[in-house]
Amino acid sequence: MIEIQNLNVYIKDNHILKNVNVTLPEKQITCIIGPSGCGKSTLLRTLNRLIDTTEEVRLEGRIMVDGQDSLGHDAEVTELRRKIGLVSQRPCPLPMSIFDNVAYGCRINKMFKKRRELIYHVRQNLRAVGLLDEIKGRIRTPAARLSIGQQQRLCLARSLAVQPAYILADEATSALDPISAKTVEDLFVKLKEEYSIIMVTHTLRQALRIADNVVFMYLGEIIESGPAEQVFHHPQHELTQKYLAGAFS
Amino acid sequence: MKISNSKKIHENIAIIFMWGAMLIVFGLVISVIWTVFSKGMKAMSWEMVSSLPGGGFYIGKEGGFLNAIVGSLYIVGASTLLGLLISIPVVFFLNIYLKKGSKLAYAARMAFDVLFGVPSIVYGAFGFTIMIFFGLRTSLLGGIIVITLLIIPIFIRTMDEVTRNFPRDILDASFSLGATRWETLKVVLRQIAPGIATATLLSIGRAIGDAASVMFTAGYTDSIPTSLSQPAATLPLAVFFQLQSPIPEVVDRAYAAALVLTVIVLILSISGRFITNKFSKNKI
Repeated sequence: MIEIQNLNVYIKDNHILKNVNVTLPEKQITCIIGPSGCGKSTLLRTLNRLIDTTEEVRLEGRIMVDGQDSLGHDAEVTELRRKIGLVSQRPCPLPMSIFDNVAYGCRINKMFKKRRELIYHVRQNLRAVGLLDEIKGRIRTPAARLSIGQQQRLCLARSLAVQPAYILADEATSALDPISAKTVEDLFVKLKEEYSIIMVTHTLRQALRIADNVVFMYLGEIIESGPAEQVFHHPQHELTQKYLAGAFS
Repeated sequence: MKISNSKKIHENIAIIFMWGAMLIVFGLVISVIWTVFSKGMKAMSWEMVSSLPGGGFYIGKEGGFLNAIVGSLYIVGASTLLGLLISIPVVFFLNIYLKKGSKLAYAARMAFDVLFGVPSIVYGAFGFTIMIFFGLRTSLLGGIIVITLLIIPIFIRTMDEVTRNFPRDILDASFSLGATRWETLKVVLRQIAPGIATATLLSIGRAIGDAASVMFTAGYTDSIPTSLSQPAATLPLAVFFQLQSPIPEVVDRAYAAALVLTVIVLILSISGRFITNKFSKNKI
């Protein structure tokens, strides 16, 4: 479970996230919705501390990941990132073969001693995203030769291979063709049995289809959050009602 | 579709210019290679590339210029290695450790641009001054150091160009799997490997062909250096000195040396292309 408490994020002099308080439950899909520039992506990048690579960033507050503050001084950033996988908007395979892409994370985290175990693990994860059969016999070829949809699933397999507990998805289907998008979306639904998924999405319909929980953000603040049913059908806040009605996006 | 007359004329002029430019370039390349081959082949023999200059070599008698071939290879090999060792960390520092828009990076790039444009004779003179200061004589070491200085800006600027266009997403992808900066560097290295290969080729090309910088620093000798403190001969200087001779046989030998130099560069370029293609296979 991830509990965000009084989180404030400043980049240079801009106050990007304002006093964010929210709990992201386990083994469910939480969709973060809101208009462009409202801080959705920043929130995701703060969760796995990828935000650290941004210039002049200042973080305040606490993010409790399974009871440990990931913003604390003693937080192990690399371990945190292993635990919280990320699938970004545009798939970005590493410059190596399909096999090595999935094996990369296992190797740096020294997960396996025996090569046979590694191979088995890589194949398992490729199967989990439905790639193994599609790429039969091409597992050693460059990942860059896959189609965009396949690359995105490869990125997902790569994240899963390091055995995270959480998966962050930053508009993970928006750059894909409709069929690939559907495949990836279905995958997320299947994956929520084992993983907690936090998903930023621009497509309200996607959120309607798959979200268990919804967080609505506007100008760096969380306006409303709760179970999907409640937020979508009985929004409490006027802004949420307007956004859902399509008054702005 | 009907194209107006004036458009046709414009199009024809453009085509004439393009063909003209292409013919000039091709003509130049062919005539250079032809000159070097036709004149160089006259004096070319196994002896030329396999033996040291004999007693009367410079008046057209026995011996070859193995000393210059070996000297050039020593200097170029060592300085390329040193250059890579120095440049790769600099490029990583500029592109990964320093954040975007860093003033230090800006100043450093500017400095490398300036160094890139400094003529090689200035490097030679600079090296010479330093060697005098330390009481060094012309030596293999002096040549290696000056050639390293000469090619570092080429290395850095070429690699920097490739690394700057590097998709930053790869960094995020690697970091988000729990990689440290060091582990991520290795991924970056794979992505920019083709760039490093190109930079190395350019640098070797410049290093092996440069006469001015080694003239004062590496010197010239008829023997193959056995230690870093001995002077070393180089192919460009072999061409330079023999070309000044009034004896036609010696001038032909200058062309033979030029031929060897050209062939080395050609081999490096072709194998370099081959290697680059192999490296690019996995590039995103």
